[in-house]
Amino acid sequence: MSHLPQQTDGYAQLAADVLARAKQCGATEADIVVADGETFSVQVRVGVVDRLSKAREKRLGLRVFVGKRSATTSTSDFSTDSLHRLVDETCTLAKAVVPDEVSGLPEASQMATDWPDLDLYDSTRLGTDQQIDLAKRAESAALSADPRMTNSEGGDFDSSSGRVVLANSHGFVGEYRSSSFSISVSPIATDAATGGMQRDAWYEVQRKFSRMASPESIGQEAARRTLRRLGARKVSTKRVPVIFDQDAAGSLLGNLCSAISGYSLYKRASFLLDQLGNRIASEHLTIYDDGRMEGGLGSRPFDGEGLATRKNTIVERGVLKSYLLDAYSGRKLGMSSTGNASRSVGESPSVGPTNFYLVPGTKTLQEMIGSVKEGLYVTELIGFGINMVTGDYSRGACGFWIENGELAYPVEEITIAGNLKQMFNDIEAVGNDLVFRSRIASPSLKLGELMVAGN
Amino acid sequence: MADSGQLAKFGMTDLEVFHALDRLNVRDVDYADLYFESRVSESVSMEEGIVKRAAKSISQGVGVRATAGEKTGFAYSDELTKKDLEVAADTARYIANSPKGDRSLPVPTQRRPTRDLYPVERAKAEVATADRVALLNAIDAEARRYDPRIKNVLASFNTEYKVVAVATSDGTLIGDVQPLSRLQVTCIAEENGNRQVGSFGGGGRVGFEFYQEENRYLGYAREAAREAILNLSAVDAPAGVMPVVLGGGWPGILLHEAIGHGLESDFNRKKTSAFSSLIGKRVASDVCTIVDDGTLPFRRGSLNMDDEGTPTGRTVLIEKGILRGYITDKLNARLMGIPLTGNGRRESYQSIVLPRMTNTFMLAGESDPDDIVKSVKRGLYAVSFGGGQVDITSGKFVFSASEAYLIEDGKITKPVKGATLIGNGPEILTKVSMVGHDLELDNGIGTCGKDGQSVPVGVGLPTIKIDEITVGGTQRS
Repeated sequence: MSHLPQQTDGYAQLAADVLARAKQCGATEADIVVADGETFSVQVRVGVVDRLSKAREKRLGLRVFVGKRSATTSTSDFSTDSLHRLVDETCTLAKAVVPDEVSGLPEASQMATDWPDLDLYDSTRLGTDQQIDLAKRAESAALSADPRMTNSEGGDFDSSSGRVVLANSHGFVGEYRSSSFSISVSPIATDAATGGMQRDAWYEVQRKFSRMASPESIGQEAARRTLRRLGARKVSTKRVPVIFDQDAAGSLLGNLCSAISGYSLYKRASFLLDQLGNRIASEHLTIYDDGRMEGGLGSRPFDGEGLATRKNTIVERGVLKSYLLDAYSGRKLGMSSTGNASRSVGESPSVGPTNFYLVPGTKTLQEMIGSVKEGLYVTELIGFGINMVTGDYSRGACGFWIENGELAYPVEEITIAGNLKQMFNDIEAVGNDLVFRSRIASPSLKLGELMVAGN
Repeated sequence: MADSGQLAKFGMTDLEVFHALDRLNVRDVDYADLYFESRVSESVSMEEGIVKRAAKSISQGVGVRATAGEKTGFAYSDELTKKDLEVAADTARYIANSPKGDRSLPVPTQRRPTRDLYPVERAKAEVATADRVALLNAIDAEARRYDPRIKNVLASFNTEYKVVAVATSDGTLIGDVQPLSRLQVTCIAEENGNRQVGSFGGGGRVGFEFYQEENRYLGYAREAAREAILNLSAVDAPAGVMPVVLGGGWPGILLHEAIGHGLESDFNRKKTSAFSSLIGKRVASDVCTIVDDGTLPFRRGSLNMDDEGTPTGRTVLIEKGILRGYITDKLNARLMGIPLTGNGRRESYQSIVLPRMTNTFMLAGESDPDDIVKSVKRGLYAVSFGGGQVDITSGKFVFSASEAYLIEDGKITKPVKGATLIGNGPEILTKVSMVGHDLELDNGIGTCGKDGQSVPVGVGLPTIKIDEITVGGTQRS
């Protein structure tokens, strides 16, 4: 890294001091992560600013190993005295736990040595009034879209930027900056006849401000999604084919992502144990996790332990090719880290996806809906009815009933239930509509059959 | 102004805080406050029979807020200096966009909560890590002893020690010390390739001794093991509408999701809740009386004062089926012209205050719990739940059973796999036909999420019968 900003040089020095102190206290290995940043957030409701908030924050996380024992601490107080106290306490804590034979930093040879600029940072600074205006425009577009748009939970504009510095006792020091901008609108529509209300939402997140869709288009999409829910009803209980829209499919993909996390696997708390190399899903499924996608919401040049990120093939035509691992969970399973260590400042590393996505197929959403005589198109899932150990799945849903290949009417207060192991095998078609709106992204999916419970 | 103990903990003087408040004293600002918080969180966790992780986190900061009409301006800082307070105050008052006010602020009066609902002796770091480690080791042994089919035990013990002080433009300076802890056990049972999970936990605003009383911690281990073993023989859950009997305690999450969130005053002021304008109307059967009570000693959802310095209270939400009231913070109580209930809460100094629940429960009724089960020909008996969620606007809510049984001809028979229950908030309690005399509060594990903020809460319920609700299993019943 050749052009570290002034302040970061300070953090690199601070990290070096803390690591040196840890060594004096008896730490055999240690790593430190420092994150700082600023956030701005405004919510406008029915045209008026409802809340506005602004802050700068910083945090430091320390992990030490005393032999095979380890502990993790964090603080927002960077004064020298306080940091020295923190180091001492961390070493004392580590000495109190039980040795864990596979604990420790990754090998020194595994540390990232160089990394590309992943285009994660935008130096654009927006004025307060400008950010308020963007939120207002998005909400106003939703509320003026139709006379049935009656109310709103708000239009939001959020921006943040920050940096992460990671250093360890192998001599690794890495730093990167990132930023994000988002607009979201949650409008409410009222059915004049019944007085029934429905809410939906639409949002966009980008690392670069220039890539944001217009606030008007986001508001209009929010209104369209809300209006189409008016008049929703229950349906009778039956087994039918189910089509998941992009967000609902993304949540399903998130369940698969959790099941192949090294931590779930070595604790034997996953429904996908011992499946590496086996067929776990329909052959229509190919999944990648790509930490180096330019401008990606989940991109990072190195992972939470300093390993270079990369593009991993997770599932290839239905066959499980790779787990998601960090150094610790990898050792537990007798494998190498996949560069998926995720580090929140106050905790020891865990495993997380970078940009985890399902490769799009060729079917349009219309074609998938057109192929269903009677079934469900799911646009929102609620609740936590997923058992990751067994794969048993039961969640609240709303969306649209499909009759003779067309969306017939909106439905709500129903559940869909099955088992994830079976559900991934039952994916009959993958849509062509992949959009990266979050770190886990999927095109629309069509599943063979699920139990829909209603009346 | 004499210096107070409250602010000294944060290295601030009363004068500095008064000056910051005065900076927020512009014409259109109705109310302003400064919330100082220092928090020490510690955790130890065990898996595979070894306590391999220990963590500690320290945070300190101030949140500065001003409200003007419906607007809230907010800023926070993890630096506690005069300069940082000024910058935060300038951000917070931005929303008012008006000149200096002509009123003079009252000089804050030192106050202390008039009671201590959680006088905890050994809450802080005084519990040696070695004691915590020993506790978790004993849990592991107890769960494995319960049944050899228990193959892994995951346990964690978390404590938090929070010191807060609130200075308000209405002249109050008040502080509180808020301990919180939780012990959680998860067991994985394995038999012939069938793997199942069971969990149990508890806690509250209690010290370490709470877990040792009557070997409560070993009870948690046995309960988690029992649930995992039970689930080895669970059959597929039924699908469709049927009568459901909920056991006492944690199944009170029904109330939290179905009506609690819908009665938070912010949604009702904005008229975005399915309960908007239902005050005085029937929303439950006449056997249902539901309260939110933040004053129960040692409970996870209890507080001596809320995060605006208002003493918590007991609010009747539903009285014999009639909707009586909303839960409020200062902003919403003022804008709606309704009583302040002491429910203004925030996750930390980094988040804004919202009206939130404390401990929400239904009062005991008159039915015998056995009679309630006997009255069901075919249905579900659910005694333990995972999480729940609600869509405030449509009123649709879900909550997911983790331990449930079929009821056949008035008898509890086979255990069934977990299933999500789904209903409509304003309707579901009108279908409650029997309420048991066995009110139970949960064990102290609830965390409620709203607007990205998590706060500890409690729930409670006697055994109740819901005549019909949709059960989201996989089997046609």
